[in-house]
Amino acid sequence: MGLQAYLTLAAVVFCLGLFGTVTRRNTIGILLGIELMLNAVNINLVAFSRFRGDDAGMIFTLFAICITVAEVALGLAIVILLFRLRKTASADHVDWLKG
Amino acid sequence: MMQDPVTLVLTALLLPAASFLVIGLVPPLRRSGKPAAWFSSACMTASLASALTAWFAWHRPGAMEPIRAAWAWLPSASGPFATVGILADSTSTTMLVLVTLVASLVQIYSTCYLSDEPNPALGRYYALQSLFAFSMMGVVVAPNLLQLFICWELVGVCSCLLIGYWYTKPEAARAALKAFWITKAGDVGLLIGIVLLHRLAGTFDLLELRQLAETNAIPLAGLSIITFCLYLGAAGKSAQFPLHVWLPDAMEGPTPVSALIHAATMVTAGVYLLVRTQWLFALTPDVLAIVAWNGALTALLAAILACVQTDIKRVLAYSTVSQLGYMMAAIGAGFAGCGFFHLLTHGVFKALLFLGSGAVIHAVGTNDIRDMGGLARKMPQTAIVFLVGTLSLAGVPVFGGFASKEEVLGSVWEGGYHVPFFMLLFAAFLTAFYMFRVVFLAFWGKQGHEGGEGHEGASGAPGHSDAAHGGASSSGPSPSFASFHPHDAPFAMTGPLWVLALLALGLGVYYTIHPPHGGFEAPGWLTPAAVGVALAGILLAYLTYQRRTISADALASAFAPIRAAALRNFWLDDVYLAMYRGVLLTFSRLIGWIDRYLVDGVLNVVSAWTLDAGDRLRRTQTGKVQDYVWAVGLGLLALMAWIGVAW
Repeated sequence: MGLQAYLTLAAVVFCLGLFGTVTRRNTIGILLGIELMLNAVNINLVAFSRFRGDDAGMIFTLFAICITVAEVALGLAIVILLFRLRKTASADHVDWLKG
Repeated sequence: MMQDPVTLVLTALLLPAASFLVIGLVPPLRRSGKPAAWFSSACMTASLASALTAWFAWHRPGAMEPIRAAWAWLPSASGPFATVGILADSTSTTMLVLVTLVASLVQIYSTCYLSDEPNPALGRYYALQSLFAFSMMGVVVAPNLLQLFICWELVGVCSCLLIGYWYTKPEAARAALKAFWITKAGDVGLLIGIVLLHRLAGTFDLLELRQLAETNAIPLAGLSIITFCLYLGAAGKSAQFPLHVWLPDAMEGPTPVSALIHAATMVTAGVYLLVRTQWLFALTPDVLAIVAWNGALTALLAAILACVQTDIKRVLAYSTVSQLGYMMAAIGAGFAGCGFFHLLTHGVFKALLFLGSGAVIHAVGTNDIRDMGGLARKMPQTAIVFLVGTLSLAGVPVFGGFASKEEVLGSVWEGGYHVPFFMLLFAAFLTAFYMFRVVFLAFWGKQGHEGGEGHEGASGAPGHSDAAHGGASSSGPSPSFASFHPHDAPFAMTGPLWVLALLALGLGVYYTIHPPHGGFEAPGWLTPAAVGVALAGILLAYLTYQRRTISADALASAFAPIRAAALRNFWLDDVYLAMYRGVLLTFSRLIGWIDRYLVDGVLNVVSAWTLDAGDRLRRTQTGKVQDYVWAVGLGLLALMAWIGVAW
């Protein structure tokens, strides 16, 4: 399998993540979508690292995974706070930015 | 002891400045009141001594040349653009002596006159007095027109601040502003004249200008406008018609201030300016004619106005305006020396009259001559010196004003101004009349309102019955006349009065023995005519107000139209008011409308549009996170598409 297969896989995963992020009404679903997009990027990094023989991509990926863990922790904390305040986790009801 | 004259003049000039700075910059001294007063008076007296010594240097046999000592001030490529310094000659040292003499006497007098004032106010008063003395001397000895103008403005400021000494009193504050703005109207002319003259002649320096003028090196074209502008400044300062309206109101200030600033020195600055630049005015006879005619008109109008005043200070104020008209008329007739001569004698006896009226006001607590009466018995010293001043002003022989007034009349006749001459002669008659009216009503006769005093009725100038001590800072209620026994003032007040009275008398005697030579031969009938009208005026006042053989009411009704006009100040104040309301306020309203509806309107419309557009744009925002993600995603796609197309 060539590089192209991996990139295609990554693009498909990214699009799924984006689709989920945009369409899901549940904030946890949106968070999952974001995770998918991040992992699509990780696939890209690993694939390029492998095919170009450069280990930097692997290391970047490790970093990205670590940061993603922190980001998920924060995101879930926000969701929990939101649920406490609004008694719901639906993104449709979070429109405080509206003037 | 032969001192360097320049040093002497500089000492005289700078001592009051030092006094002002010390009093002004050392707050404990200023707030202490009395010490500041004595410090300032001591400086002023020392200044007088050095001015006198300088005067002797120019008035001994073997007259000295004018000395100019100037220091570069504003540098420019070709020599200094402007200088500061002194120009000492016979004229300026004489004027210097007058200024320092009256200023020192007034300052000593004020220590007693204003002794009831709170200390900080007294300190402020003396700081301003010192500043005034310095600036006035700055005008007198100025070697160039620029320094003269600066000091000219400084005296104007001091005058305004001292008129408004009782600034919490509305009339005083108003009078101060009125004096300031009306003289400013003239000063604008003066400034324009000085600048135009510099363009024409290329220098501010008086000696250089004089040399240019006398060698006919100044182009005559446009010179009339310049001299007229200079005259405008002089007319504002010297209260010439129609800019004289500020001077009577200026009587709201303390009486010593009126004596110094509004009788003896500052108001004569305009006359002095014309004396200083007489060689320039000699080149423009048309402007000189205006000066002469307007001077005579001022003298006559002010004399008529003085006849109907009931406030003793306002009588004196109009009399000052009238005498300033005399001086201007003499200058206009081409005899500036005669005008200057009258300025000097007038400075002495008018200061005397003002200080004397101050003593009266101090004693009886009112300005209104109808409330006075019989004061000669109670305050004999004041009565004597006031009488000396009155006789001098009326132009009775052997007294101070006689010789100078006759000189003025003679010069106006000699200059060929026959109609102004008769106006002045009639004004002389009125002068004697209104001054003796004051004397008979205030010093003789019975005290208080009487039946025969219906002459003034309820028509007197309203709102001016305040006494000198009726100021806002008065300590305790003003004593009512009934329970009050007027008496001569303490020596600090009578002393200056006697000095001035003896000087007025001495000048009169001296000039009777040595008649002055004004450079012309007066017609022989002049002296009898001048003395005759003065005596006739005195007689009329005597018959009306002392013997009462002529009813004052009958006299009033005989001149009812003129009297009505005079009581309204010839409607001049109304004209000014109408100009203010009609022209200035209309213009201001127009400007205000433009500002409110055009300038502000454009801004308001733009801001309203902005607000509206913002409101509309706001509706496009849903506030939902996912919509923004959509927007970001679409924007990213569009960007990529654009980059793809561009490649």
